[in-house]
Amino acid sequence: MGLLPYLCAGWICLIGLYGAITSRNLIHLALCLTVMQSSTYLLLLSIGYVKGGAPPIFKGVKLGTKAVDPVVQSLTLTDIVVSVTVVALILALALDAHKDADSIDPDELVGLHG
Amino acid sequence: MSRERVRGLIALPVLGVMGALFVWAFTGIHGFGDFHGAYGLLLDHIVVPLRHSPNVVNPIVFDVRGVDTMGEEFILFAAVLGTVLLLRSHGREESEERQLDRTVDAVESDGLRVVGVLMVGFALVVGLWLVAFGFQTPGGGFQGGVVVAGALVLLYAAVSFRAWHRFANEEAVDPLEGLGVGGYVVVGLAALASGLPFLQELFSLGKTGTLFSVGSLPVLNLATAIEVAAANFTLCIEFLNQYALRPRTGR
Amino acid sequence: MTLLATQEPLQGLVFVLAALAATAVVLTRRPLRQIVVNGVYGLVLTIVFFVLQAPDVALSMLVVSTIAYPVVVLAAIARVRARRRRRERT
Repeated sequence: MGLLPYLCAGWICLIGLYGAITSRNLIHLALCLTVMQSSTYLLLLSIGYVKGGAPPIFKGVKLGTKAVDPVVQSLTLTDIVVSVTVVALILALALDAHKDADSIDPDELVGLHG
Repeated sequence: MSRERVRGLIALPVLGVMGALFVWAFTGIHGFGDFHGAYGLLLDHIVVPLRHSPNVVNPIVFDVRGVDTMGEEFILFAAVLGTVLLLRSHGREESEERQLDRTVDAVESDGLRVVGVLMVGFALVVGLWLVAFGFQTPGGGFQGGVVVAGALVLLYAAVSFRAWHRFANEEAVDPLEGLGVGGYVVVGLAALASGLPFLQELFSLGKTGTLFSVGSLPVLNLATAIEVAAANFTLCIEFLNQYALRPRTGR
Repeated sequence: MTLLATQEPLQGLVFVLAALAATAVVLTRRPLRQIVVNGVYGLVLTIVFFVLQAPDVALSMLVVSTIAYPVVVLAAIARVRARRRRRERT
């Protein structure tokens, strides 16, 4: 159990990268990029986990009970919401490329012009 | 052999090397559950007495790491700006009214329409609750903002594009997004103007567990919620317009 | 429930499920099916974050993968299909 979460995060990153490399469709590519991003969330939260720890919310809970690391949680939760807009930007670029090149295959893209 | 398969075969050794590097790196981290970073464990103990807020993660996002969150809001703003510029430049073909007449995607079932419209109000209340109580229980500006935007998109999903289009006014939402980002910076500058460091809390810390506590964090929370909700709402408007209204050149 | 979430075999099982769901998302090539599998992957990740004692993160993952992603990706897929159909007609 010592290394299993980290290995799962590493596997998810690599499989996302493999999907991005062998993708024939720009929308499929964007979703593979989100899979790669989610592997970093998994890794961060696994590093911050304290065995036997409670969530870092102390409403009605005595101060000083063992809790997990709150800093990595704050990093992850803002990142999840911001990455939606970045994926939307990638999809808008894909739609623009489809308009010019008449194909959604990354191999058949022509240069974009404004 | 197809190009995709060739690419996959070339990629496999590279991915194998990356995997080996990952495994080598992971053996250097502490085992799962053994976290002994000083900063995180210290924050668990001191944030509640220091900032009077039971949810430790929220003051870290908006107070301890406040400048980072300001940067993330600007990432959000820039990404939405880029998306809107790309999608709005496609132009419009006929007048929107005639296109709306031709878009036939209204939901037929009456039961679904009624339940959907009722759920819009319910979802809106849940989203606003998540925003308001973000620093007492899990929640906050980011999560609540997305739920508020989702509650408004439910109007499209449960009724029809016409009803949604009349309600989804881009000109009204654009300044709200600027208000969110600008509000965050203004709170920080107001602290600067009164001689304190940037983003130092202006109001009193208040009593732990009530809504009027943790200094100026409720204002920052609200500004973030407005910005995230407006950004997601704008994205949904733009993408749904792409789907339902046709662009100029008929391509 | 929290006691159940800290049992080691359950945690290990949930991580392996997440890895399997990610593999399924990548190997689904057609975007319309992939967005559905992505929704399932988002729910599996929400359970993983719950097991790791992170309720804020679980909340934001749940909200994003069931509300924001499907709307944006489905609208893009529909736009691509409509253009393709119109081009085939002309």
